[in-house]
Amino acid sequence: MSTPSAQRGLHWFLKGARGIVSLPAIILMSAFVGFCGFAVEAGIPLGETVFMTGMIWALPAKVLLVGSILAGVSLPAAFITVALSSIRLMPMVAALIPEIRTEKTPTWLLLFLSHFIAITAYVFTMERIRDVPREHRVAFFAGFGITVTSANIVLVAVIYSTVANLPAMVAGALFFLTPVYFLTSIWASTRDRAGHIAMIIGLALGPLFHQVAPEFDILYAGVVGGTLAFFADRLWTRREGK
Amino acid sequence: MSYAAFDTWWWPYLFIAIAGWLGTDIWRWLGVLVGNRLSQDSAALTWVRAVATALLAAVIAKLILYPTGELRTVPVEVRLFAVTVGFAVFLIGGKRIWLGIAVALTLLLAGQLLPGP
Repeated sequence: MSTPSAQRGLHWFLKGARGIVSLPAIILMSAFVGFCGFAVEAGIPLGETVFMTGMIWALPAKVLLVGSILAGVSLPAAFITVALSSIRLMPMVAALIPEIRTEKTPTWLLLFLSHFIAITAYVFTMERIRDVPREHRVAFFAGFGITVTSANIVLVAVIYSTVANLPAMVAGALFFLTPVYFLTSIWASTRDRAGHIAMIIGLALGPLFHQVAPEFDILYAGVVGGTLAFFADRLWTRREGK
Repeated sequence: MSYAAFDTWWWPYLFIAIAGWLGTDIWRWLGVLVGNRLSQDSAALTWVRAVATALLAAVIAKLILYPTGELRTVPVEVRLFAVTVGFAVFLIGGKRIWLGIAVALTLLLAGQLLPGP
């Protein structure tokens, strides 16, 4: 299988893999140092912490799962907590898939690769995917997603025994890095006006719904905020057209 | 049936697999099935993208206002000031992500080191 097309695919896979030294990947790894410290503090053993990193991959879901374990809740309760907080993955994946697939991409491959989609991979891919030829986008995403996930699994395993010695102020800064990075990078990678409006409304609605319906706040803020932004953008476009 | 319910080596892993892996990947799989039916540049995709962005924005706001771990010990005013100024500098400075992050982190650390009023 050394056809030119397969070679090009490998080339783009490796190009995606090189994303491990990008700003998003480095920030994500710092956030994983923070998460690892949290897991150690919570008394989750090394094996389970590493397992969690690979199997869940989305950082907020892991933090919630550790929180549920700490609270001693039952399996169904922990499942519901994680599942409710992870509904956000669905629109993210649904928005990303049309950007990377071609007509020939098999669905099983997309189902497999979707595991590597979390906020960082979403942001990284949306930012760069337009510069990748369409037939190689799946390879590019696979290269980035698989490499970054594997790197963080190794990272968590390696730092587990030393992370407890991290000064409190540094640990706090690591937890702060993630939201600040998301805020700036999502803003920078959003091209359409609807996205920018959605961002502003979502920032306001998140805390608002947290007061009203803390268990579904993210979901409500997303659906209500996104829909408002969508119609605001339509209205704006119609006005401009007149 | 809590995490510590059974004294076997495999129970915590099963707990994590069901609550953690299934709890997240079912949404990814559903996202693939939905995304496969959306055509690029359709209005439906614009809406899905807006919902995804608003969701992320809500996550960001919550991570700053209701944080986990050590960040909880930093006063909320310091967190909000750091992220607001950081974002403003990011916008003014030609949307340089590293610049916004550097400013926000510096302010967060400085806010803790400097003596309060």
